Amino acid sequence: MDNPTQEVWVTGIGLLSCAGEGTAAHMGAFDQGVGPAHIDTQGFAPYPVHTLAAIDMSRQIAKKSDLRQMERWQHIGVYAAGLALEDAGIAHQAHLLAETHLIVAAGSGERDASVDAKVLEAIVARGDTELSAKEILPTALRPTLFLAQLSNLLAGNISIVHNVTASSRTFMGEEMAGLSAIENAVRRIAAGQAQIILVGGALNAERKDLLLGYELGCNLWPGDYAPVWQRHTAGGGLIPGSAGAFLVLEARAHAQERGARPYASVRAIATDRARRSEPGQIRRILQQLFRQVVPDLTPMPLAILSGASGTEPATQEERDFLNNLDTDGFTPAVRAFGSRLGHTVEAHFPLGIALAALALNRGALFPPSAGDIFEDAMTTQVERILVTGVGHWRGEGMALLERVDVGRAS
Amino acid sequence: MRSLTLDSRGRPRIVVTGMGLVTSLGWGKSENWPRLIAGQSGIAHITRFPTDGLKTTIAGTIATPNGTAYSAYTHSLRIAESAADEAIQQAGIGTPGRFPGPLFIATPPSELEWPQLSRLYAHAEPAAGEGYRRLLAAARTRAFDELHHDVAFASIADAMQRRFGTHGEPLSLCTACASGASTIQLAMERLRRGEAEAALCVGTDATVHPEGLVRFSLLSALSTRNDPPEAASRPFSKSRDGFVIAEGAGAVVVETYEHARARGAKPLGVVMGAGEKADCYHRTRSKPDGSAIIGAITKALADADVTSNDIDHVNAHGTSTPENDKMEWLSLAHVLGPRKHAVPVTSNKSQIGHTLIAAGAVEAVIALMTMNEGVIPPTINHHEPDPEIHLDVVSNTARTAQVRSVLSNSFGFGGQNVCLVLAAEPW
Repeated sequence: MDNPTQEVWVTGIGLLSCAGEGTAAHMGAFDQGVGPAHIDTQGFAPYPVHTLAAIDMSRQIAKKSDLRQMERWQHIGVYAAGLALEDAGIAHQAHLLAETHLIVAAGSGERDASVDAKVLEAIVARGDTELSAKEILPTALRPTLFLAQLSNLLAGNISIVHNVTASSRTFMGEEMAGLSAIENAVRRIAAGQAQIILVGGALNAERKDLLLGYELGCNLWPGDYAPVWQRHTAGGGLIPGSAGAFLVLEARAHAQERGARPYASVRAIATDRARRSEPGQIRRILQQLFRQVVPDLTPMPLAILSGASGTEPATQEERDFLNNLDTDGFTPAVRAFGSRLGHTVEAHFPLGIALAALALNRGALFPPSAGDIFEDAMTTQVERILVTGVGHWRGEGMALLERVDVGRAS
Repeated sequence: MRSLTLDSRGRPRIVVTGMGLVTSLGWGKSENWPRLIAGQSGIAHITRFPTDGLKTTIAGTIATPNGTAYSAYTHSLRIAESAADEAIQQAGIGTPGRFPGPLFIATPPSELEWPQLSRLYAHAEPAAGEGYRRLLAAARTRAFDELHHDVAFASIADAMQRRFGTHGEPLSLCTACASGASTIQLAMERLRRGEAEAALCVGTDATVHPEGLVRFSLLSALSTRNDPPEAASRPFSKSRDGFVIAEGAGAVVVETYEHARARGAKPLGVVMGAGEKADCYHRTRSKPDGSAIIGAITKALADADVTSNDIDHVNAHGTSTPENDKMEWLSLAHVLGPRKHAVPVTSNKSQIGHTLIAAGAVEAVIALMTMNEGVIPPTINHHEPDPEIHLDVVSNTARTAQVRSVLSNSFGFGGQNVCLVLAAEPW
């Protein structure tokens, strides 16, 4: 049976967000304890959006022809994937890349907003819905744009640009995609079905077509910036953030054999889907997941990186669950990383795992967000971090990461 | 170590105990099978929307129920439910609305279509701004919140999970035209890990709409041989000029052999193994040396612990594009070696078109039925074989054959290659 238990290490991290590029920039941004970085309040008004820091994409995507055949969502993901491979020391190592598996959490690529606007004007002007197909789309749509829209083409481009080829799987479903991706990677490595996996996701939040999808579900926060825990009085909502977050997860023995050192170890992961038809269901699922990933921990201070989005009722139910940990003897120190970087949807759970691994490697959590009234300071050395992922619409998950003695120099 | 319940590596054997199918040839296995072996085609002129001005005007569509408007979400869900229901009924597993295992489902892109966008656009005042500004203003009125399920990527998986009561978080995936095969591969891996004893695997795609057609047209992927429609899809023929877009859904219930035996269920076939290799050459073309496709087939054989000599039949990806069929031949020739002229090969796409996201699941069901029935459905329109392709194509009429094992190939844009090895009985 494929179920021996191998320890799963985080041996590479690639991050790109409104806080900048790379691991040091992210820890630096969080350590300053200041508010959010790079919020555009005008371009997408009334919705604030965390915009990506200025990045020269050609540093990870050298060929102009590759750059041209991708849209920004794919640029962000391919770039972050390249950073993770470099960080793990496997970039350009042909034999290792050929045995590296790929899992991507994806939505879909961007539409051409100006083409869509043109088609809509024409449809309204002439009252003919079929017009788009026969007159406008065949000349306005570019073949390359269609390729940029296909969900699995982020993975396809990672294979082409970085030569990761052992296998390639793209998971869908908003935050569930990220939860499934990490869970699938961890379980395959733990069971010996894979030795090394590049896993992550990307979001280009600076797209009105994407915002339209979230607004149809009444999920966007339309006001001035507020940390995720402080939006419920106005009905809640998410502030999307552009980001790419990729990890190299690896079997301990495989990493040791090639001399790679870990940031942290992923000890447990569990996911589920609450029905969300009645109040309290999300909280109950989170309690069950907690018992699965933290089965035998004695009460102690517990650092928690929360993937709360700010939408309701999900965020309040997660907060109730976290508050309740006190009564079980845990002293939670919570950090909602979405308050700083925005909600990054498919990339959000991989992003949380990456930040947890970074904090564990240096042994210290970062300070609470400025202006946050829920997050407590934590001064003791951090040995374990619980990462939560609660989808704005569907999907719940949790992972427990642990410090490894032979960690990387930080 | 090898036994009825464990394979040669001591892993649980995975069997299929239920199958469901919807294609342009009909609803359910009983409507599909006689038409498949009779060599019929499900391809026809598109009547769902006007096609004047389009280069391609044919497809393999599935009619929506009388009086209901088409939407990709609703229709993809409808045929997925039908296929899953048929598979679960045949397996006789669980109780209604309570399937005892997880769901793996491949679904098409979630997006708003033009009729919906037009409604939104017309609802807001022009003063709200242009294009998406105006659409967002309409969305803020909250009058269109029911459209959320059309754009949420999790929505088909979510609706399926509610309907069939599968365990835990449903896994929704997209590996382009290999997606249907990926659902079976992922379920197999999960059962081998001992995390579940049964799983429901579904691939569904009902995206014959104007923009869907235009997109593939722009990639020059579609056949433009519109008349007669049933002669357009001609895999492995000299005159093939592209694939025919089609709708379909396939579903299988997979279980560990032990679980099936314990509840007295009859195995319909065995999932012996799966293999995958990503291509890093080009977004829509394979490496010229075929190494990624060869890699996927070789890994599938190794995972199943068989050799190419053990393969009785190939259910080909066979899209009818010049590129795919050539590359598939070169790769099969490499893997099959001296048997390359002797292993019967067929492409179901000649009859039902390319069901895209669903194809791997739809064709796995047909491959399993091929073994059960002892008849290989034909590759129709194979009147003028490509002189450079020397496969034993099951030309034009069905062939009676005892088939113990099938290699089922699925390849997709973005370099996705997934192969399954299916068998009639464990060995």
